[in-house]
Amino acid sequence: MLPEIQTIPLHFDKANLKPNDYKSDVKPVWCPGCGDFGVLSSFYKAVSELGIPPEQLVIASGIGCSGRFPAFCNSYGFHGVHGRVLPLATGIKMARPELVVCAMGGDGDGFSIGMGHFPHAARRNVDITYIVMDNEIYGLTKGQASPTSPLGLEKKSTPYGNVDRPLNPLLLAFTGGATWIGRAFSSRPKEMTELIKQAIAHKGFSFLQVYSPCVTFYDTYDHFKQVTKPLPEGHDASDKAAGMLYAMNEETLFLGKYYQEERPTYDDAYSGVRQKATKGTYSFEKLMDKYRR
Amino acid sequence: MAQVDLTVRVGGDSAAGGIVTTGEIVARIAAYSGLEVYTTRTIPAEIKGGHVMFQLRTSEKPVYSQGDDVDMLIAFDQESIDNYYHLIKANGFLIYNSNDGQAPAANGNGVKQYGLPLNELAKKINFTKGRNIVTIGAMVKLFDLPYDKAEEVVRRQLGRKKDLLDQNLLALKTGYAYVEQNIAQESPYHLIPETGIVEEERLVMNGNQALAMGALAGGCRFYAGYPITPASDIMEFLAAEFPQIGGTMIQAEDEIAAINMCLGGSFTGARSMTATSGPGLALMVEALGHATMTEIPLVLVDVQRAGPSTGMPTKVSQGDLRLAIFGGADDSPRIVVAPVSVEDCFYQTVHAFNLAEKYQTPVIFLSDQDMSVRVVTVPPFDLNKVKLEPRLLWDPQSANHGGNGASGGGSGDREYLRYKITESGVSPMSLPGMPGGQYTAEGLEKAESGAPIYTPEAHIRNFEKRARKLANALQDYEAWQMYETFGALDAPVAIVGWGSTIGPVKEAVLRAASEGMPVAVLYPKLLYPLPADHIGKFIAGREHVIVPELNFTGQFGRMIQAQFGREIIPLTCYGGTPLATRDVYAKIKQVYEGMKVNA
Ligand SMILES: Cc1ncc(C[n+]2csc(CCOP(=O)(O)OP(=O)(O)O)c2C)c(N)n1
Ligand code: SF4
Ligand SMILES: [Mg+2]
Repeated sequence: MLPEIQTIPLHFDKANLKPNDYKSDVKPVWCPGCGDFGVLSSFYKAVSELGIPPEQLVIASGIGCSGRFPAFCNSYGFHGVHGRVLPLATGIKMARPELVVCAMGGDGDGFSIGMGHFPHAARRNVDITYIVMDNEIYGLTKGQASPTSPLGLEKKSTPYGNVDRPLNPLLLAFTGGATWIGRAFSSRPKEMTELIKQAIAHKGFSFLQVYSPCVTFYDTYDHFKQVTKPLPEGHDASDKAAGMLYAMNEETLFLGKYYQEERPTYDDAYSGVRQKATKGTYSFEKLMDKYRR
Repeated sequence: MAQVDLTVRVGGDSAAGGIVTTGEIVARIAAYSGLEVYTTRTIPAEIKGGHVMFQLRTSEKPVYSQGDDVDMLIAFDQESIDNYYHLIKANGFLIYNSNDGQAPAANGNGVKQYGLPLNELAKKINFTKGRNIVTIGAMVKLFDLPYDKAEEVVRRQLGRKKDLLDQNLLALKTGYAYVEQNIAQESPYHLIPETGIVEEERLVMNGNQALAMGALAGGCRFYAGYPITPASDIMEFLAAEFPQIGGTMIQAEDEIAAINMCLGGSFTGARSMTATSGPGLALMVEALGHATMTEIPLVLVDVQRAGPSTGMPTKVSQGDLRLAIFGGADDSPRIVVAPVSVEDCFYQTVHAFNLAEKYQTPVIFLSDQDMSVRVVTVPPFDLNKVKLEPRLLWDPQSANHGGNGASGGGSGDREYLRYKITESGVSPMSLPGMPGGQYTAEGLEKAESGAPIYTPEAHIRNFEKRARKLANALQDYEAWQMYETFGALDAPVAIVGWGSTIGPVKEAVLRAASEGMPVAVLYPKLLYPLPADHIGKFIAGREHVIVPELNFTGQFGRMIQAQFGREIIPLTCYGGTPLATRDVYAKIKQVYEGMKVNA
């Protein structure tokens, strides 16, 4: 007989949870006015309204101002290394699929150093919610250009103007195979809360890009107020081509749910693998017999 | 006269196919006939084509190394004759394909040469692809192995395609009959004595298989990895087994993803492992430090291959020791374990998991290419010897950590202190799902609660905490006997080594002892923290300490030198081959001769 692995019984009761129940005793270290505050409040609100018991919620993160997120939450958290939040969250979800897993990151964390993981988490349809606080700058390292910084941006590492064309995170999510794709703006908390709720409720890989301005190194509040607007009323979120067309628009930045699709999640698929693999009771002796002379 | 210890080398071009299969099948036939076997091989990194060799050593008695010189060379092509003829012992045998290669002129050392017209024999039975099975048949007769065992192995190994099986069996018979009619009378190799063999229970397997089975037995249920020679088959093994026992295997997009997935898996309570080789370990170093810092248990297997860089992916090395022990930002202590044999791969993997879980810290397991692919006979694994050390979990019932008792609330102390400073350095861990146990596994320096904090006091306290955990692992080294000693323990000369060099050392030491040159040998299987007490006592008072290892700079030797401030004699082998018994013997002899001169 092989040793048994330990499991923890969960009890999921929607016992009247309030946003405050998700607040930890660690005070956010963000600069006053940072867009990430808005994301945090909306997140508290979203998970409380969904009634997710704090002990069944896991928040993984990478490195950046945005990566500080889990410490401010009274849930389980894992502050990972720079750029690796998606594999970290994948490991958590696949080891314990019953947990609600959210991955928090920044634009540098997710689309520069960690870019290699994004399409893979998406194509696997890992049932996690990936929220990127996109400030189009490296906040924590004090103001260098990021992979979403616009062309011509003059910052410390681009004193003569940024010449690296910004990439389009939404299109990347589409081509990777994400099954829920949306965009929010931290100055529109009501819509953002709703989008976070939907993203978490979705079974599969949800990607939410949030414009979350960095007041200290690249204050874009006014810019985003001007160029963002809600997706047209009639947008059909099951229409991938339409969603991609809206995502391609770089003049008007649409907010809302772009796309949703039902597809077996990674843990569903792996359950299938388990079913296929399992034939009767497992015996270590039998395994050894294969090698016995 | 019965020859009881036989070394055979098979060489040829892998494009022709089946050289390694030929060797492996013969090894299995020998094993199934009750003999002990020990094999080694070199394979080209090319996908198709390139020279390969397979070496089989077999005997009634346990064998510990691949053997330096060969009794018989089976050469499928001219290159094998050119490369290996000089390795044949006096009065040994050369069997070559007389349809593809010329026997060298007789050189007076009595090597007997026999041509097997392999192409013709195969053509005669309309099975040109069957040359290697014809050769197997020939070898079975040459060594006088039981024919029914040969048939049984061919059935088991090649029996999947029914029509091909009949052809294979015919090829087997053809080779057997050819030798019977033309050579057999002169073959001196009767491996099975007339009195028969007392057959012990044995498994026939390689190091990666033993390691993967050790992971199963050690309670591992989460694996993520990225393909790399020579570690990939650990992943493939677990891909087949894990889904049957509720475990999870993920082929990650790269090594960095793999180890981070394992961090996630282990965080939730699953015993987790990844396996790679040097280039992958280099990529994993950052996350390894993160495992140390967040105090997440993890087993990282490094099946070492010759480097640096891509190096020689199919050749052996022990060159990652320094990276394994010291690689990382700042002092990021981890435990390093090294098995010494295929059988040991099983039991030490269990120890690696136990150490990781007990101390909530990463453990690197240093195997090597040669051990990973080497097929040997090993006693069946004994699950009764496997005791699992559980992770120290937080118990909400007995919890009283002086907090305010609120599950949330947003202010005040926390009830549960994940990184509580304890005497042992180990703090009870909560797992997601446990109400009240919420915390953030934090890579930043932190307070006991896990809240980030940068004070010198906290940093100092935590460095000491992380170090204390490791110091305690030395007690397990003693209690679990994670070392081997043998030889003449009071000898003036000692060998202190690690990993798979133990086999040739065993044989060289036996030979040296029989010639009046006693040597004491210690192989610690815990390399970090270094069991300095034990090693120190062991080498104290010795005139000379030889440290054999498969790397250029003598990495372990230098550690011992630095630790004890004394000279050691390095015996380094860095050509990508296993250590030769002859080189160990020569070094012992040289040391003893030096002692005579100085005396
Ligand atoms: C391996 C590694 N490289 C570099 C860094 C330094 N670093 C920390 S955060 C960061 C960029 C953060 O940018 P972003 O992800 O956009 O997060 P933000 O601070 O803007 O929220 C970098 C480069 C690091 N911590 N680790
Ligand atoms: S530097 Fe920018 S992103 Fe970071 S906390 Fe301050 S405002 Fe926010
Ligand atoms: Mg940023």
